[in-house]
Amino acid sequence: MNIFKKTIFSVLASLLIIGNVYASDKIRIGTEGAYPPWNSKDASGKLIGFEVELAYSLCRYIGRQCEVVEQDWDGMIPALQMRKFDAIMAGMSITDERKKVITFSQGYADEVASLAVMKGSSLEGMDTPAGISLSKPNADAKKALKAITAALAGKTVCTQTGTIHQNFLESGDVGKVNVRTYKTQDEVNLDLASGRCDVALAAAVAFTDYADKSGKSVVLVGPTFSGGAFGNGVGVGLRQASQLGGTLGARDAELLNAFNKAINQARKDGVISRLAIKHFGFDASM
Amino acid sequence: MDLLTFGKTGWGDELFYATLMTIAVSITAMLIGFLFSAIFTPLKLSNNKFLNLIANSYTTIIRGVPELLVIYLFFFGGSGAIMYVASIFGYNEYIEINAFITGSVAIGIISGAYSTEVFRGAIQSIDKGQFEACKVLGFKRYIYFLKVIMPQMLRLAIPNLSNVWQITLKDTSLISVTGLVEIMRQSYIAAGSTRDPLLFYSFAAVLYLILTFLSMKLINKLEVKYSRGF
Amino acid sequence: MDLNLMASSLPKLLSAAFITLKLLSASLIIGLFIGLLFAILRLSKNSIINRFAYAYSYVFRGTPLLVQIFIIYYGLGQIEYFRSTFLWVVFKEPYWCAIIAFALNTGAYTSEILRSAFQTIKPGIIEAGKSLGISNKIIFYKIQIPVAIRQSLPAYGNEIILMMKGTSLASTVTLMDITGVAKHIVSTTYKPLEIFITAGGIYLFMTFLIHNLIKYLEKKYSFQ
Repeated sequence: MNIFKKTIFSVLASLLIIGNVYASDKIRIGTEGAYPPWNSKDASGKLIGFEVELAYSLCRYIGRQCEVVEQDWDGMIPALQMRKFDAIMAGMSITDERKKVITFSQGYADEVASLAVMKGSSLEGMDTPAGISLSKPNADAKKALKAITAALAGKTVCTQTGTIHQNFLESGDVGKVNVRTYKTQDEVNLDLASGRCDVALAAAVAFTDYADKSGKSVVLVGPTFSGGAFGNGVGVGLRQASQLGGTLGARDAELLNAFNKAINQARKDGVISRLAIKHFGFDASM
Repeated sequence: MDLLTFGKTGWGDELFYATLMTIAVSITAMLIGFLFSAIFTPLKLSNNKFLNLIANSYTTIIRGVPELLVIYLFFFGGSGAIMYVASIFGYNEYIEINAFITGSVAIGIISGAYSTEVFRGAIQSIDKGQFEACKVLGFKRYIYFLKVIMPQMLRLAIPNLSNVWQITLKDTSLISVTGLVEIMRQSYIAAGSTRDPLLFYSFAAVLYLILTFLSMKLINKLEVKYSRGF
Repeated sequence: MDLNLMASSLPKLLSAAFITLKLLSASLIIGLFIGLLFAILRLSKNSIINRFAYAYSYVFRGTPLLVQIFIIYYGLGQIEYFRSTFLWVVFKEPYWCAIIAFALNTGAYTSEILRSAFQTIKPGIIEAGKSLGISNKIIFYKIQIPVAIRQSLPAYGNEIILMMKGTSLASTVTLMDITGVAKHIVSTTYKPLEIFITAGGIYLFMTFLIHNLIKYLEKKYSFQ
């Protein structure tokens, strides 16, 4: 057993040595890198996009060094809890459900969602208002929801797992829908193009970006959605200070304040609007 | 086909490095698996019922639960467990164990469960007379284990260990959750970027077949070497 | 450890177990036929047929199941021509894509198990049949196949468990089996540890059942 004990100790020790320990003054920000134009990767694998650039700007306002790291969407919040990074900037909308486990800074941009189909689908030309808000649904919104429910009945709708879009489809607001969820938006796009999905739901800009880059004839249908299940804008996801208390909790609370101040300043200086126009083509800032 | 070239526009060089990563993770995982077997095989063969239970739980659970779940559990639970242990010592920062170690240990745990069974079976099929002879001659435990039992055990174990190697090699395709860039993840990235899943997943299959083929050749040589004298 | 969450997620996970079992049984049944076919092809004296069967089993055992599923689901779905054939009706559904991938995979392993079982049948049994004047064809169907199946029970039982674990990969192509439902619950509750432990427990229980079933069948059908 002596040999074994020695081996175990040496393996554990080398694991800890090979592992790295991160200094506490660098802010690590997690993003998906697979949701253009919010965040994506260029050909060399470097993280790019609206949020990556915004992250570096905000860190300049905060006055600290930061690093943007990649994380798969379905492990995003657990990774934050595990302290793999300190903030999430991944097109994550501020919703009550998420607020149960993490906290958000103020919103920095709006993400409007839309349904999309391939050209020639029977759902094209749905007669609905241009945009509806589900926070306080007025009569128009309710009528639109009814029209959508009728249109989606019996159809296969695809969306990314763990998103506000999935929550909306499963909320019952559009009746019982045959929902298929995928790990990434890329897979949603693939199955929409191949005809496995009759219709897909995601951020409107995600579809227009896909249509541009792939040349496939993806068409937006129906109204753009916001509010309600779709949350109130996209913000920086942070750990709740109450989670751990003590010095770590205080650091998390301080980070929240720092981000809020930085967003205010960035908004005042027009940085957010500029970046939004650069990546989305219109001013999506909040 | 020119998507596969090396250089800036082709994915050939990324896939090459991904293949090297797959080999590296597989070998590391296999070795970590041997480490686990070194601990658990003696436990399995011991006379102590409680130690038996621990070892049997390890092999039964790991071999009875899908690899994907084991990897998720280790990935989400592992860091938490290490940090919990560290916080007992007062260390509260995030301990980053890099993706390579995480992936290798995750697969290593799985590989170890299979290796443990192989070694147990091999040792149990060695003639009891060998053990008795060593005891009678007064050899110390680990001397006779190293010089007498081990060589015989390896000869019996190698065919089954080659199966475990195949399993380990193919299981590396499941660790993309850790973010490690091996063959499967690189193909996934390439397929997404070029929207050509057929080309890249087929090529990934070819890469795995090449690795399988080369492994078989190497293991056959090993089998010949260890069967000498029998 | 949130035990309440584990208890409340159990019903959802258990109902997903039905999907897992459906995938498993369909794949095993189709795979058994494929396996028997290719085992026979492997034993053929014709070297082209022999090598073709070997190639099939080599390819499907030498590549990860995940790659096989992705090629069948995403790869085939990319081909415009394929989408216009009648086959698309089947391949459009992730359920059938998964079953086809699983069946081809288990077929390869099964063919190896059956082939080695055929080759290790005691020659005495076949000689006895021949000496009684029974035709080769009947010897094959009435003696060789049943004996081979009985001899492969332990190895095939192992294969059943391996395939059951393989069905968890159906979750990568949108199917809501146990793993798929587990991931879905995690995405809304953000408690991966509790949910995956519960899901793992269900798989473990199914492994236990299958293992005991095979042991029982082995006892019941073994001779000597």
